[in-house]
Amino acid sequence: MVDTTARTGTPLIDMRNISIAFGGIRAVDDASIDLFPGEVVALLGHNGAGKSTLIKILSGAYKRDSGQIFVNGEEASISNPRDAKKYGIETIYQTLALADNVDAAANLFLGRELMTGWGTLDDGAMEAEARKVMGRLNPRFQRFKEPVVKLSGGQRQSVAIARAILFNARILIMDEPTAALGPQETAQVGELVMQLKADGIGIFLISHDIHDVFELADRVCVMKNGQVVGTARTSDVTQDEVLGMIILGKCPPGAIPGPGALKIAA
Amino acid sequence: MTDTASNPPVAHTAEDRARESELSAIGRFLKATELDIRMLGMVGALLVIWVGIHILSGGLFLTPRNLWNLSVQTSSVAIMATGMVLVIVMRNIDLSVGSVEGVIGMVMGVAQAEFLIRVMGLQVGNPWIWIIALAAGVVLGLMIGALQGFIIAYLEVPAFIVTLGGLLIWRGMAWLMTSGRTVAPLDATFQLMGGGPRGSIGATASWIVGVLACAAVAFMLLNGRSQRKRFKFPLRPVWAESLLGVVACAAILGAVWIANSYPWPIGIVRQYAQRNGITVPEGGLFIAHGIAIPVLIAVAVGIVMTFITRRTRFGRYVFAIGGNPEAAELAGINTRWVTMKVFMIMGILAAISAAIASARLNASTNALGTLDELLVIAAAVIGGTSLAGGSGTVLGAMLGALLMQSLQSGMVLLGIDSPLQSVVVGAVLVIAVWLDTVYRKRV
Ligand SMILES: Nc1ncnc2c1ncn2[C@@H]1O[C@H](COP(=O)(O)OP(=O)(O)OP(=O)(O)O)[C@@H](O)[C@H]1O
Ligand SMILES: [Mg+2]
Repeated sequence: MVDTTARTGTPLIDMRNISIAFGGIRAVDDASIDLFPGEVVALLGHNGAGKSTLIKILSGAYKRDSGQIFVNGEEASISNPRDAKKYGIETIYQTLALADNVDAAANLFLGRELMTGWGTLDDGAMEAEARKVMGRLNPRFQRFKEPVVKLSGGQRQSVAIARAILFNARILIMDEPTAALGPQETAQVGELVMQLKADGIGIFLISHDIHDVFELADRVCVMKNGQVVGTARTSDVTQDEVLGMIILGKCPPGAIPGPGALKIAA
Repeated sequence: MTDTASNPPVAHTAEDRARESELSAIGRFLKATELDIRMLGMVGALLVIWVGIHILSGGLFLTPRNLWNLSVQTSSVAIMATGMVLVIVMRNIDLSVGSVEGVIGMVMGVAQAEFLIRVMGLQVGNPWIWIIALAAGVVLGLMIGALQGFIIAYLEVPAFIVTLGGLLIWRGMAWLMTSGRTVAPLDATFQLMGGGPRGSIGATASWIVGVLACAAVAFMLLNGRSQRKRFKFPLRPVWAESLLGVVACAAILGAVWIANSYPWPIGIVRQYAQRNGITVPEGGLFIAHGIAIPVLIAVAVGIVMTFITRRTRFGRYVFAIGGNPEAAELAGINTRWVTMKVFMIMGILAAISAAIASARLNASTNALGTLDELLVIAAAVIGGTSLAGGSGTVLGAMLGALLMQSLQSGMVLLGIDSPLQSVVVGAVLVIAVWLDTVYRKRV
């Protein structure tokens, strides 16, 4: 697709030289990535490449060992999920991160409940809001009274997506948001992404589906073994070249190489 | 399916109706009333136990006197069970509640019978005595809970170990306070918390409480209905709603009636008559006990705890953390602080139970509350609290406490030796959890 985003001015998100290690494993190693308003940046890479870990640092789930995060050009201190939400960063986790034993509305508002004038939970209002937002994503969904553990995988995923878009996010992180969805629901999420993009929201999209990525993303960023192989506009590279980046770590001419790019040995 | 999109509400009700016709009569009844089958099962089990023991004991169990005593005996375990629900829902355990109850009972006893009188110079009977003693106990409970909760939540020592340590430490402390000496008698007002003829509210007040409770039930049903209407959610059928109201009110008024059918013993009536200058007529004077104060306290605690679990943010967080701790953390919930607060509540409840149990004994002994932790945990688990975390109800736990106490008192009535009582209680606990596991797999 044609890249219409003006990548000038200050980026919405600028993560610089981020590293984190678990025990001996350098899950993310000196990774830098940025995101502009109204832009969709896809994160690609093999299993265990460090994609989820990198975005979990942005969403406050993990504390980085080193590196800086800038939001709108200002250095942000994000050390827990609450901090990230204050910056308007909302996340759909790969694991969905739903409390299985409570219903959809309780999950949507978890940590940000609507209260009555008496300081008690306003379950009615929360359910009404939940019905509205779920109607946008999955109009056939009716099981509002049941704990989410009883829902299907796709329905659970819809709940997780609904939660992320409910609070007027400025930055949306989607970690494999359509992995469990049927074709119709996947298309709906695609539409949603375009709609949010038009509203000026920046989106990090993690996906293994190259086809989807080329349809939705303005840029791709490929990771391998915790390092960034390279970043490229989807208009400047072919799908095969991106596959080469993922599998071999080979950076094509249309991409800006990162620290993880295959060094051409002499 | 095409008209689903154009006219969703109609399609929805049609779908509902289709599903409803598949349900059996019982299923339809449960759906209409929104009652929990497990709760009904427990009430059923309770009734079976009551009738069984009544028959086996030759009609001794279902008497006003025995039921009234049962209600008083249940109070202290029921109160702690409501807190244990929160603890277990959060995937923790508290093995220390019996010992905490013991040490707090001792502190309150020493405070009112010795310290405030001998050291602070208050007159015996001064109303500040019971107030200060009780407040000291509650604050101590809060502090013990906070300490244990802090170690569990912030130092990340497993609750099992922390409270196992607590079980030994607080019991030891209770002994050390007086080197094992029993402290008695307690303040006269303090004693009211233990029940007995004076620690009950009498017939008239009991009826008033009963009628108010019925009014509250009616109000809650109507309020729930108007809330559902406000958001146009499906309503329960009117017959189901009325049935629930009638059954609840019948249970409340029935309980009041039973409490009011249990008269004061003759000796106390005579003393009372003498003091008030009344002549006792030929057939004796019938003065009803009415609802015992400890029972009222337990009911109040049950209502407050139900409110906390259902209607507050904190309660919602407790359940969410129990369901998926990682998700709760990612949602921005301060899970450590919630954990610590749960243990603080448990400590306060142990203090209230300690007050009731020592007031009933009219003494503080270092053995007060021994093995209560097991009864409390059993009550919560029998009442449907899942040890896997994430589910449980306050009402269920209180009914569980009543069931455990019914078994125990029943076995005493039947003259069963205490070793055999332990065998039965232990077996019931294991069977109850097994049934629960089976139930959870099927639903
Ligand atoms: N909490 C953790 N503790 C220890 N190691 C971890 C943890 N989280 C991630 N890792 C490790 O970090 C590396 C990167 O994992 P990550 O989940 O970021 O991969 P990913 O790119 O999202 O993979 P996938 O496509 O399978 O989702 C892996 O080697 C993983 O084992
Ligand atoms: Mg991942």
